[in-house]
Amino acid sequence: MTKKQRKLVVAASAFALGFGIMPAANAMHIMEGYLPISHAIGWGAVCIPFLLAGLFSIKKTVSEHRRTLTILAMVGAYAFVLSSLKIPSVTGSSSHPTGTGLGAILFGPCAMSVLGIIVLLFQAILLAHGGLTTLGANTFSMAIAGPFVSYGVFKLATKLKCPKLVSVFLAAFLGDLFTYCVTSVQLGMAHPGTNGVAGSSLEFLGIFAVTQIPLAVIEGILTAIVIMGLETYAKSELTDLGYFKKGGLA
Amino acid sequence: MEQTKTSSGKWKTVLILLLICVLIAVIPLAINKDSEFGGADGAAEDAISEIDPDYEVWASPVLEPPGGETESLLFCLQAAIGSGIFFYFFGVMRERHRKEAGNQQ
Repeated sequence: MTKKQRKLVVAASAFALGFGIMPAANAMHIMEGYLPISHAIGWGAVCIPFLLAGLFSIKKTVSEHRRTLTILAMVGAYAFVLSSLKIPSVTGSSSHPTGTGLGAILFGPCAMSVLGIIVLLFQAILLAHGGLTTLGANTFSMAIAGPFVSYGVFKLATKLKCPKLVSVFLAAFLGDLFTYCVTSVQLGMAHPGTNGVAGSSLEFLGIFAVTQIPLAVIEGILTAIVIMGLETYAKSELTDLGYFKKGGLA
Repeated sequence: MEQTKTSSGKWKTVLILLLICVLIAVIPLAINKDSEFGGADGAAEDAISEIDPDYEVWASPVLEPPGGETESLLFCLQAAIGSGIFFYFFGVMRERHRKEAGNQQ
């Protein structure tokens, strides 16, 4: 990042903190209108620094290695496909994977926040799935919190010398699951009811997280398969992205 | 690990993994025979109206597909556009890989 870019990210972070929300606090898609206005704006503000950092990080990666643009399009498309697949789960309801782990592993978590918000916008505007008023909260859970967990898990697992594909599986699996844990906490914070934030979050965890476990396994497996394919056919691009570096990525 | 695997061994692994994915998605259908598998977000809506009965939903989607058919069309489009882009580039890279391998021989 250049100096100017860094300044922007810092300014946006300060703006987010100004709303009195700790980005460290914990965020499927929350339905349109189901978060109070203050929460909607707060989550939106929290996302801005990540999105800015993501834009700069994408710009940097692509200007350094032009050919990684292809892979960037592919990881975006991957998230697009996976988040359109509503899969039945053991709980008797359906949900969809997030598809953000792949991009987080290859491009880093901030870059994925930009791709994630594009998917969420499409679904919110055209599909009445998620919503514009809940875009901030959904972006935080699916495009920021999930990818950060995926990225962290991948780095850690690689450091612990897990086989690459096992690390990829774990990263995508846990990132997917964490997204829905954050969603549950966001809903719990907005609707504490008589159970309090914790009790209410637990109730939403029962709905979202349990449904999500088998789907997260599917996402983990699919992401590992995609990485297998890319390792074979896109070795040069993955090298540019630092995928083969020891101990993880740049 | 991967380097030692032959190409056909890799395909076998991929097929087995895909089969596992299909099973994970199909088994719930067999277990919960009476369920309609509504969305988890719908279940959350019900939970909210129970926990927070006074909450008023203050916004509604800008465009709501008129029915299930149109909605499934849009979801299909999303999947089609995504997989179109994804596999186009995958094909391009596979062909490049094939040519490079051919040049080395």
